[in-house]
Amino acid sequence: MAKKFLSGDEAFAEGVRLARPQVISAYPITPQTIVVERLSEMVENGSLKSEFIHVESEHSALSCAIGASAVGARAFTATSSQGLLYMAECLPYASGGRFPIVMMNANRSTALPWNIYGDQRDSISQLDSGWIQAYAENAQEGLDFALMSYYIAEHKDVSTPFMVNLDGFVLTHTYETVDIPIQELADKFLPPYETDNKLDLENPKNMAFSAGPEHNYIFKYKEHKALLNAKKIIKDAEKRFADIFGRKYTGLLETYRTEDADYILITLGSIAGLCREIADKLRAKGKKTGVVRLRYLRPFPTEEIVTAVKNAKAVGVLEKDISFGSEGTVFTNVNSALFQGGIVIPSYNFIGGLGGKNISHEDIENIFYLIENGAERVNFVGIEGGD
Amino acid sequence: MKPYLREKKNFGFSDIPESTSFEAGYLVSVNSGWRSIRPVVNMEKCVGCMQCYLYCPDGVISVENKKAVIDYNFCKGCGICHKICKLNAIEMEAER
Repeated sequence: MAKKFLSGDEAFAEGVRLARPQVISAYPITPQTIVVERLSEMVENGSLKSEFIHVESEHSALSCAIGASAVGARAFTATSSQGLLYMAECLPYASGGRFPIVMMNANRSTALPWNIYGDQRDSISQLDSGWIQAYAENAQEGLDFALMSYYIAEHKDVSTPFMVNLDGFVLTHTYETVDIPIQELADKFLPPYETDNKLDLENPKNMAFSAGPEHNYIFKYKEHKALLNAKKIIKDAEKRFADIFGRKYTGLLETYRTEDADYILITLGSIAGLCREIADKLRAKGKKTGVVRLRYLRPFPTEEIVTAVKNAKAVGVLEKDISFGSEGTVFTNVNSALFQGGIVIPSYNFIGGLGGKNISHEDIENIFYLIENGAERVNFVGIEGGD
Repeated sequence: MKPYLREKKNFGFSDIPESTSFEAGYLVSVNSGWRSIRPVVNMEKCVGCMQCYLYCPDGVISVENKKAVIDYNFCKGCGICHKICKLNAIEMEAER
C-alpha cells in the first residue's frame, strides 16, 4: 500500500486503474476532467491496459460503454452536470440491459444560470434511471468506491450499473493523503468480469430486445429486485474489502453519535464532516446532536434511517438539491422512510450549497438550532424567511 | 436461418431472462398490430431480384421459389418495398 497526496479525481483514477477496466470512454467536463486526463495518461504510459475511446459527446461516451459491456468487457465512464443530462437517454439502456458499467459523476450545478461549481441536482435528477447511486465523503472513499462499485455492480444478483458521486471541486479538486492498495490485493478483491449477458459467437444471443405490454413489466420488476438485492451485496463487498484492505465501511449510511441523539441532521457527501464537527461542538454545550450520512441513495436505506432516528425528537435533511415546486428529493425519500417506520416527529428540509455556495460552520449551527426550535418545512440556507 | 415465431402465452416470472438477452432468433409475440396497409406481391410480375429484401427495414422479406415472400407477423406496412420495386410487383392494400 502506498500513500499519495491526491485530489479526489486523481484518487478515483487510481481506483479505476486498480479495477482494470478493459474499455474507458469519456468526454471531458469540469470538474470531472482530471479523472479522464489521468486515465488517458495511464493508458498512454502502459500502466493501465485498456482501450481508451475518445468520443464526441457524453451520449456517445455512455453508448460506447454499453457496447463494451455488451461484449462482456468491464467498462468505465465519467461525467458531470450537463454531461450527465446529455447521457440521460442512455442511462436506462444501461440499467435495463443490466450492463454493470461504473460511472464517476462529479456533482455539479445545472444551467441556467450556468455554473461549474458543486451541487447535487445533476445526479439526484436521475434517481429513477435504475442505476445504483453512491455518494463519497472524501477522496479515499472515492478510490475505495471505484473498486467496490465493480464488485457490487457485476455481482450476478445485481447486474446493474453504478454511479459514484463526488462533490465537484470540494472533493474532485481538493488534495488529501490517500492510501493506494497494491494491484495484487486489488486483483484478489475484484476478479475479472464474467457474464452470459454478452454477444458471443459461440453462444449467439439476441441482445437488448424489445418487450411489449405483455412482458415488459416483469423486466422492470426484476430491475427493482436487483437494486434491492444490492443491499446485501454492498454488505458482502464491504466485509470482503475490510478483510483484504483493512478499511471498514458502514453500508448504506453512516451514523455519528445518533444512539442517544435528540436532534439528528441527515445529509450526504462532503459536507458531512463539518456537520459531525458541529454536532461535537453542540454536544460540548449539552445538546444531544447527531449526524446521519447517506452513502447510498439507490438502493435507499429506508430501514437503516428508521433505526438511526427512531429515538430522536426531530430531524433535518441538508441537501444540495431542490425539486422546484416541491422540496428536496432526499427530504421526500427520508420522510417516506419515517412514515414507513411509524416515526412521527418534526422533519425539516435545508437546501444549501446550490451552485457551489459555501455552507459555513454558522449555517450548520443554525440548522441544528432550527431542528430543535422549529422552522419552515423547506428552508433555503442563507435566505431568511424569503422576502 | 430466419427467426420464426414461437408464440408463448402466460409467461411466468422465471421464464423471463434476468437481462435483455436471450437465445438468438427467438420471437415470442407478433409485432404488426398497427399496420394499416399491407404489401401484396404480384407473383406474375415478381422476378425475385431481391431489392425489396435488401431494403426492408424490418427484415421480414425472404425469397422462396425465386419470389418475394412477406412475413405479415412482423411487417409494419411502411411501403418501402412497394416504393423500391422497379417492376411494380408490390401493391399496398388496405387492411380490413
